[in-house]
Amino acid sequence: MTRILIPSGALGLGYDPVALERGIAAKPDLIAIDGGSTDSGPSYLGRGVSKYARASTRIEWAGLIEAQAKAGVPLVIGTAGTCGAGTAVDWLVEITREILSEQGRSAKIAVLKSDQPAERLKSALAAGRITPLSPAPSISDEVLDDCTNIVALAGAEQIAAAIEIGAEIIIAGRTTDTAIIAALPLMRGDHAGAAWHGAKIGECGALCATNPQSGVILLDVDTDSFTITPLADGANATPHTVSAHMLYENTDPFILYEPGGHLDVTGARYEALDARRVRVSGSRWVPSARYTVKLEGARVTGYQCMLMTLLRDPHYIANADAWCADIETRCRAKVIDRLGLAADAFEIELRQIGRNATLGALENRSAEPVELGIMGIVTAGSEALADEIGKTLNPYLLHHPLTQQEEQPTFAFPFSPAEISIGPVYEFCLNHVLELDDPMDAFTLEVIHA
Amino acid sequence: MPELGALVEKVRSKNAGPFWVTIDIFCGSDTVFGQVVKAVSTDRVAALFQCPAESIKRFEIADLNVLKFSLPRPVVQGSRQDCDMHGAAWAALISELSVN
Repeated sequence: MTRILIPSGALGLGYDPVALERGIAAKPDLIAIDGGSTDSGPSYLGRGVSKYARASTRIEWAGLIEAQAKAGVPLVIGTAGTCGAGTAVDWLVEITREILSEQGRSAKIAVLKSDQPAERLKSALAAGRITPLSPAPSISDEVLDDCTNIVALAGAEQIAAAIEIGAEIIIAGRTTDTAIIAALPLMRGDHAGAAWHGAKIGECGALCATNPQSGVILLDVDTDSFTITPLADGANATPHTVSAHMLYENTDPFILYEPGGHLDVTGARYEALDARRVRVSGSRWVPSARYTVKLEGARVTGYQCMLMTLLRDPHYIANADAWCADIETRCRAKVIDRLGLAADAFEIELRQIGRNATLGALENRSAEPVELGIMGIVTAGSEALADEIGKTLNPYLLHHPLTQQEEQPTFAFPFSPAEISIGPVYEFCLNHVLELDDPMDAFTLEVIHA
Repeated sequence: MPELGALVEKVRSKNAGPFWVTIDIFCGSDTVFGQVVKAVSTDRVAALFQCPAESIKRFEIADLNVLKFSLPRPVVQGSRQDCDMHGAAWAALISELSVN
């Protein structure tokens, strides 16, 4: 049996410290926590930075490093720094050094990096070793060169290699959410289906139980099943909460693809051991013929500047479509004329917050709002250009009249400066897998004594 | 005719990676599940999201009283045209469907 302590769904989301103490007292074999995902958008991967505040990360990570010392078992974080790119891993390593020095201790740290140089992927592409998933954007050498960061999602094999080093702390770049949890049970010969299924159920912490924000859970994997035990007061796992978690962020609630195979939970049985714990058996791991890892990449797609104005005059609210269309036309013409830009070199979009800014063309309801926020989004080929166009748009959003006959109106600007420079905007441009002969071929493992 | 959101426990939508969005309808009882499965056809969902019905994966999970749909995002998460980074608001459109 292998016991994994999972403090929460992600470092930065917080965990219940009392429940964490209970977890340490339960003598886990490993502490595992996820550090990120793609869910916050492409900018974090594109820039290679964390979405969480450094101070929050530092406090929570310090608590887990302390827990590691008390439990005397490895602490593993996957997808460090939200995106798992090398710079984000280095950021967490730096924080770890600070914490260790503050706690007056030293530790052996294994650092697994998942960064993919464009040259490696260009060769793999030419050799037919990169395969698109569905739906996948088309890729080329140029797309790969354009990416500011490309990572591959490590699986259980690469985490196992890090665990074998005997490090106290393992800081991993991009991994699958489940790999950091499944690796140790798999190494110890526990049931593979149970290891992966338990990892999927446990990877969001107590989200698979009641009191989902409490975070801390225990996962026990043995030779034919796994058991989930939430540790905070008021947190209970039931067959319903556990089985329903397979729905979460999953395209298919029965199948989960991982490096080296897939998990099939079609035949899983969920059984309440008591009011708090659930045991699950019957999950199946199906190995694949090829060993592949999923790729994620982000590239700059333009530079943006944002402006916001608020309409409170019912006449303007009622005619906002015409008003916005007129501004877009006039401002575009002015930009082409004054900045000498081609028509396709920039975009100006006005979104009506209070009407359809959330769903766009899919919105099927309408009601007259009390006020309407107009969000002006400028996109251009450089930051300076986007800001310059933003300044050209500013007077329209402040004073543009619906007709030439009326007195000059003024609208409510919530900020000065009215132009908010967003800088580079990124896009995800890979939904592909890379075939590897050896799981470590695309990953690096380094040992640090800090 | 009542709206789906008033009958069921919860509707949630969320990204399933940057290229897919998934919508879970937690019906809460066998009766409501039966009603929802019948009323919410894949074609109705396709019309709501303006996408081909063939692109939608449909799962009727009787054990959980859950109806689930997954579909490729019409625009990739976080691209310039994306208004909803986490795919959070799609649930509202489903909640507002009328159910006989």
